[in-house]
Amino acid sequence: MLSFLAKRLVQLIPTLFFVSILIFSLQQLLPGDPALVMAGEERDPNVIAQIRQQYRLDQPIPVQYIYWVKGVLSGDFGESLRIKVPVRELIAQKLPVTLQLASMAILIAFLIGIPTGIVSAVKKGTLWDYGANLFALWGISTPNFWLGIMLIFLFSIELGWLPASGYVPLSENWRASLASTIMPAFVLGNAIAAILMRHTRSAMLQVLESDYVRTARAKGLSERSVILKHAMRNALTPVITLGALELGELLSGAVLTEQIFSIPGFGKLIVDAVFNRDYAVVQGVVLVTATIYIALNLIADIAYILVNPRLRA
Amino acid sequence: MTDATLGTTPVASSDELESPARRALRRLFRHKGAVVGLIVIATFTVLAVFAPLIVPYDPIATSWTAVRKPPSALHWFGTDDLGRDIFARVIYGARASLTAGAISVGIALGIGVPFGLLSGYRGGFIDALISRITDAMLACPFLILAIALAAFLGPSLGNAMIAIGVSRMPVFVRLTRGQVMSVKVEDYVEAARAMGNPRWRIALFHILPNIMPALLVQATLSIAAAIIAEAALSFLGLGQQPPAPSWGSMLNAAQRFLTNAPWMALWPGFAIFLVVLSFNLVGDGLRDALDPRER
Repeated sequence: MLSFLAKRLVQLIPTLFFVSILIFSLQQLLPGDPALVMAGEERDPNVIAQIRQQYRLDQPIPVQYIYWVKGVLSGDFGESLRIKVPVRELIAQKLPVTLQLASMAILIAFLIGIPTGIVSAVKKGTLWDYGANLFALWGISTPNFWLGIMLIFLFSIELGWLPASGYVPLSENWRASLASTIMPAFVLGNAIAAILMRHTRSAMLQVLESDYVRTARAKGLSERSVILKHAMRNALTPVITLGALELGELLSGAVLTEQIFSIPGFGKLIVDAVFNRDYAVVQGVVLVTATIYIALNLIADIAYILVNPRLRA
Repeated sequence: MTDATLGTTPVASSDELESPARRALRRLFRHKGAVVGLIVIATFTVLAVFAPLIVPYDPIATSWTAVRKPPSALHWFGTDDLGRDIFARVIYGARASLTAGAISVGIALGIGVPFGLLSGYRGGFIDALISRITDAMLACPFLILAIALAAFLGPSLGNAMIAIGVSRMPVFVRLTRGQVMSVKVEDYVEAARAMGNPRWRIALFHILPNIMPALLVQATLSIAAAIIAEAALSFLGLGQQPPAPSWGSMLNAAQRFLTNAPWMALWPGFAIFLVVLSFNLVGDGLRDALDPRER
């Protein structure tokens, strides 16, 4: 187990190195001189020269990269060009909002996806199975920004049950916070629920045909006990680790969902930064997202080994 | 009594005599969902190509006398905030979406497959290098990477397609590499090597044709993902630029008029859903049709 962990951690080093190269290269894709872009309307050569010196744009690219990595490693992601606030502070402000949304979404995805997948496998070939498969296809194919707009129309405009936009922090008023996040969380969780349903179904179908389930049935155990105590426990192991990976994907989905519901989270931060040409913020957000994704991958691998005794040796 | 006991040569079944491509096609057409998907995709393609002949309205012509009109016999899907016919815009919008889906997946395949072949076939340092770069790209969630790239390249449909293609590319590198690793130890590859074929010839003419089924399934599913990504980028203003019609930008405009013109949001979203669903159905059908275990 320890050697596996050490091996995985060593593998992370080159991955993180290339992630940093990739994110740093984004800035090099900027059309024209970055100093001119940063200067905006300002065309004074002295100001441009100062920017070039301040951001070390007058240095060779490898040197710029080393300074950037040094800064990132010490927690300095640079400063927002627009609002002159350290990117680290902006991320610290916005990340908890998105994490609340993502946690609710993953909970909704598990609550819908796993029972639907189990029912679909247990009742294979019936109307329940067809219904569940249709739900999965619907979930995978519906663009979440359209679903969000349609839900706002139904629940906010027509029925007036939920707020159409805005965010109330959990610490301020938990009821209002839930009301403001339930629709976006459902929108985010819907597609993940469909993916989890498909995986649960195929894992359950595999397990239900295995010898130990046949033995449990032969012992005369009730079907309920066979499914809930024997089959489900083994079938859900890979599905739960998959859930950890999907949490990373949720950060991607949050970009549009937060935009539609005007939630001031991580997704909205990157979109606003893109439109304000605030490249330090874009780089910071992509870097943090990638790091979270890599960490979740590692956690999923470790969890998979922990719950699977055959892999622990 | 079997053929063997009679001492005759076993007769090959019609299934075995069929070429693999024909067999896959026959099984694909048996898959009801895939057939429905193919019909919908074909319909949208025909509508998009022959849009000027089918649609009676100019998709960018504004009309101040027809602002936000609900669906009627005159305007089947209603009109938008500038009096433009939504049916015309949805049909013309299919051009942007289908083109973006096909071209961005073409870019992803065009870069991803050669690198995957190289990585899987050569192994060693090149494989390690390509694999780590792929891991790094896969660590950045697809849409966030596409948004970041599109933002740095500048907003346009062409740049959005490049951004989506490059962001999707690592999926094909990883898939091709994995497939090559399992195929390169097969006897027919060994035989090709023993006959003195150069490496590039083995990779292109012996390995690539045998990994095509897996690539085809992934490409079909990736077109669905690329269409959603293009709509997402256009929704954010990073794809097709107004007034040119695109389903994503139509949804963006519709958001502001949900209270008094909900039809503006209904049709472009439904079009995205229908096309994406169809590609997913065809992808699922292809996977079943090309799966050797299903024979």
